[in-house]
Amino acid sequence: MSRKPNAGAAREAADEIVRFDGVAMRYGRGPEVLSDLNFVLRRGSFHFVTGASGAGKSSLLKLIYLAARPSSGVVRLFGEDTQSLTSSQLPRLRRRIGVVFQDLILLDHLSAFDNAALPLRIAGYKPAEYRNDVAELLAWVGLGRRMLALPPTLAGGEKQRLAIARAVVNRPEILLADEPTGNVDQEMALRILRLFVELNRLGTTVVIATHDQDLVARSNKPVLHLEGGRITALPPQGPVAAGADRSEAE
Amino acid sequence: MSGAPFDLERWRPASFLPEKDARDPALIFVVAVLCFLACLTAMGVIAADRAAGGWASQLTGEATVIVRARGGETPDAAAARAAETLAGLKGVAEARALEREKAYDLVRPWLGDMSDLEDLPVPRLVAVTLDPEEPATAEELSKALNAQGLDTVVDDHSIWINDIRRAAGVVRWTGAGVFLMIALAAGAVIAFATRAGLAARKDVVEVLHLTGAEDGYIATLFQLRFARIAAVAGALGAAAAAGLGAMLRLAGGGQGLTPALPIAWIDLLACLPAPLLAAAVAAVAARLTAAALIRAL
Repeated sequence: MSRKPNAGAAREAADEIVRFDGVAMRYGRGPEVLSDLNFVLRRGSFHFVTGASGAGKSSLLKLIYLAARPSSGVVRLFGEDTQSLTSSQLPRLRRRIGVVFQDLILLDHLSAFDNAALPLRIAGYKPAEYRNDVAELLAWVGLGRRMLALPPTLAGGEKQRLAIARAVVNRPEILLADEPTGNVDQEMALRILRLFVELNRLGTTVVIATHDQDLVARSNKPVLHLEGGRITALPPQGPVAAGADRSEAE
Repeated sequence: MSGAPFDLERWRPASFLPEKDARDPALIFVVAVLCFLACLTAMGVIAADRAAGGWASQLTGEATVIVRARGGETPDAAAARAAETLAGLKGVAEARALEREKAYDLVRPWLGDMSDLEDLPVPRLVAVTLDPEEPATAEELSKALNAQGLDTVVDDHSIWINDIRRAAGVVRWTGAGVFLMIALAAGAVIAFATRAGLAARKDVVEVLHLTGAEDGYIATLFQLRFARIAAVAGALGAAAAAGLGAMLRLAGGGQGLTPALPIAWIDLLACLPAPLLAAAVAAVAARLTAAALIRAL
């Protein structure tokens, strides 16, 4: 009898993909851009991070994709306290995360195919092991005929989809997207949203930072709302909520 | 390009860093000039060392004895007796009393063109050629001459030899210092170029870093790139220096344009390691710089 609660707690902990406990963050000696953040993101969930420009959305994502460290508090990723990790241990964790950067950061001298294949090369796979997967993925995001194109020759929506393809090519456990619909029209924004929903359906945890309230309203997904670096609206917590979220996605 | 059919089987991963950079020619030129100067320095040091060795061995093989006449003996007779004494000594290959005119020639700059030098007790000189295998020391020569009751001063050129050896040492160390300075300058130039390259390729570094590339992996990309550039620049600089060395050698070598620094054909081999050394310096400089910058991300 006594095992059941422990087993449940362990399962719940394993289900936590991101946990913030009293997290604050500042750049250098500047003021805090994030303060007292406490929340949990569960495996397979889909969340929006909303807030006005400067509210701290990008900074929050940076903490999750390990581009920044908190000035106080604990950030747990896949159950590991990121503060306790050495810089040589971080790459292993980063390979489990896919990121669509706000400014995309596609490498202009590499073809769309090379850009999309980049995380797999870094992970040490041989071309023969991944080239078919990359081609399939690019076809899935609608870039099947643009595999040799250099990013400067791609349209805005194509670049966005290429950045998404690069972010998901190594099947990350969590996908973070910073304003992924910022530079595309409404129709393309909805197509991209459908892409994220589809990825979430396949099991990827998705977190999208956006100020596009219309997109958030259409998706009906839980929201972490930031104001002045503090969370003012939390998504429902707990395994039930995560399960409910998954069922919504399905 | 995007319109061409994509052949999956023939696809090969492209380099993460662009193959060409607009700054490369300037960097190649600077490193090539530094390598050219380094090679010239190396050849100069080798030639100077050879020249100093030659002068020292010439002086080491000879000694000069100044003979003053005593009592009723004439200077010529004293010189002949000294030569005879030394000729039989172990470690002496030949001893020869110089003609009186030679002795007069030596004092003439101080006394003027006098017609009655015969009346002055001008010392005579004995030129001694020492055995190159086992040369007699100045002390041994003096002892033998003293034993014959001769009033002599033996000059084995040791002061000059020491001066030449000291000068050769100075040239060697100066050359090594110049060589080191040039290597450091090349390293600094590469470090500067690496910084500029990293700044220009911040997008590459950032994407690789955040998609899970290890710091060493990213640093290696820059290390290999700059090592390759430096190797090419080193080869160009070395070829230019070897060409100049060959021209000097053809223009007369030790007898012609460069009598003080006799360049030999074998000296041109000093240019051979330049590409490797340049690549090594560049690799270390680029690695350290890139690693420090990536750590700061």
